[in-house]
Amino acid sequence: MTESQKPIDPEKEKRKIKSDKRMKEIMTEYYVEAKTPREQRGKKIAWITSGGPVEPLICMDIIPVYPENYGAMIGASKMGVDLCEKSEEMGYSRDLCSYARADIASATVNGGPIGGLPEPDMLICCNNICGTVLKWYEVQARYFKVPLFILDTPICHTEFTKEMRQYVVKQIKEYIAFLEDVCGKPFDYDRMDEVGALSFRGQELWQAILDTTMHKPAPITCFDAFFHLAMIVTLRGTRTVVDYYEMLLAEMKERIAAGIGMIPDEKHRLLWDNLPIWYKMRWLSDKFASHNACLVADTYTSGWTSSMKYLDPDDFLGSLAEGYTRIFLNAGTDIMADNIMGMAEKYDAVGVVFHSNRSCKPYSLGQYDIQRIVQEKMGLPTLMIEADMVDERSFSESQIDTRIDAFIEML
Amino acid sequence: MITAGIDVGSISTKAAIVKDHVVLATKVIQTGYNAQNAGRKVFDEIQAETGISSSQIQAVVATGYGRKSVTFADKAVTEITCHAVGAHYLNPEIRSIIDIGGQDSKAIIIDEKGRVKDFAMNDKCAAGTGRFLEVMARALEVDLDAFGEMSLTADKTSAISSLCTVFAESEVISLISKGEKRENIIAGIHASIGARVMAMGNRIGLKAPVMMTGGVAMNIGVVKALEEKLNSSLVVSKSAQVTGAIGAALIAETVKGGNNE
Repeated sequence: MTESQKPIDPEKEKRKIKSDKRMKEIMTEYYVEAKTPREQRGKKIAWITSGGPVEPLICMDIIPVYPENYGAMIGASKMGVDLCEKSEEMGYSRDLCSYARADIASATVNGGPIGGLPEPDMLICCNNICGTVLKWYEVQARYFKVPLFILDTPICHTEFTKEMRQYVVKQIKEYIAFLEDVCGKPFDYDRMDEVGALSFRGQELWQAILDTTMHKPAPITCFDAFFHLAMIVTLRGTRTVVDYYEMLLAEMKERIAAGIGMIPDEKHRLLWDNLPIWYKMRWLSDKFASHNACLVADTYTSGWTSSMKYLDPDDFLGSLAEGYTRIFLNAGTDIMADNIMGMAEKYDAVGVVFHSNRSCKPYSLGQYDIQRIVQEKMGLPTLMIEADMVDERSFSESQIDTRIDAFIEML
Repeated sequence: MITAGIDVGSISTKAAIVKDHVVLATKVIQTGYNAQNAGRKVFDEIQAETGISSSQIQAVVATGYGRKSVTFADKAVTEITCHAVGAHYLNPEIRSIIDIGGQDSKAIIIDEKGRVKDFAMNDKCAAGTGRFLEVMARALEVDLDAFGEMSLTADKTSAISSLCTVFAESEVISLISKGEKRENIIAGIHASIGARVMAMGNRIGLKAPVMMTGGVAMNIGVVKALEEKLNSSLVVSKSAQVTGAIGAALIAETVKGGNNE
């Protein structure tokens, strides 16, 4: 039977998120523009880390492109192993982050999803998410022979000190000077206010969408959030994100009003910690659904709103330093544990699924401590899954299958 | 009420028949390459041996890595839950379990009713499991059954540091070529399993009394190595290898059975 001949299952149809179609259109338009030849496009391209301050780029009419978003695409399209092996042939260790390996390899071949990323005119690297990005971006700066700007954000184990503020604020000024130099035009501070306000509004809406899962049954699961996250990551600071998320939020509210949950018979409400396992999204989503388990929230997708309380929508540029330094991954283990416990309460979750991600060291390093803290302080059952976000060689299905089954039996 | 439990492991397949909460019989066979056949075969054999026919068996629960290939089972339950129920049945005092099977090692914490409170399993790697011991036995040309006793006569414990089965095998081969006594090497192998499994046990905080289950519990050398790391004695039942099957049969008492033909 071909796809078009399959009978439509009204139950499944009811649960489909209608806004998905628009999201795919927007992402296609975004990549089509970015991949238009330089001379027709007019705009410059900056590759930027996922946690980097993108708003000044938008303000300067630079198209931001995210190797990490591309890494997710590589993982989801199951091209990760090939590209990781290619990077290993080039001499990179298998212990390195699979986003870094896949991106470094894909730059050298004519392949990968969408035929590879458009070449950058500059690289913007902010180490608030990890240390690997420093070397990764240095490698790419040498390969593409383009300027690299590094924004160094000290880890806030517990607090953001006066010295930290001075240190990062000084670099934000240097960042703006760098952009003025590369673009050959002055920075438009009035436009920055608009972009900052849009970025803030986008984050507010994203959080509001994530918060709809406080409702029982939850209208979406974290697997849906992993998909819709692409917007706040790649187009943060634009009107497009605000318009799209307003539409998505309205749809979520309709689902709640109509009593539509993503899991038909929602029984166990769980949290997810760490990045998605991109090449096993469908398998994991079906697996948990088969147990009537709904992953109502996760620490990853909420990461893009994690420092909103330090951002000032009326003085975005002035609050940029603190907002971008105090993101959830740039904090100590206790803060991360508090975050998870706060989420468990907020979303009324009965257990936590940790993805111990071989690639992402800053995210995975403290997980066993966090697991213990969550168990001791809240008595929540937890599950640890060892895998990798892109490199499928680090996933053993039957082991993980048993762990998930046993975890659900334990609940 | 008569029920059965089938535990399809990576190396051996086990069956248990329980009548009104009393174990009537157990059976162990090699799994071979076809897990589905092994489940059927052990079920047929235990029926032949006990004279209990499948029509008398009211429900069957399958467990083990091949649990989903047992088509005649009424329900599949993970070995973690089954070992917990089985261990609690064998000794209600037990609060923690170390289960070392063919390709998995697990540490399980249970409550006073035999319910799982927490568990940890080995990473995607067979070091510290029954398969690891098999590979080492082959490298040393020693019958695996003799491993336990031999290690007790060691005069020292060789250091086996690699976490990888393949690399540990080359370490063993290099120890042999250096003229190290087999007994000492075997003691080293057991110590490395003990260290690896206890690291997992300590992570979830084992509570005494601790029972060891799974086929590897029949190896006295591994038991001793674990006891040394644990700093206390382990409870090892004669039914260690079939604990999961017994647990499965007991869980089957709560399952509404269908046709097990």
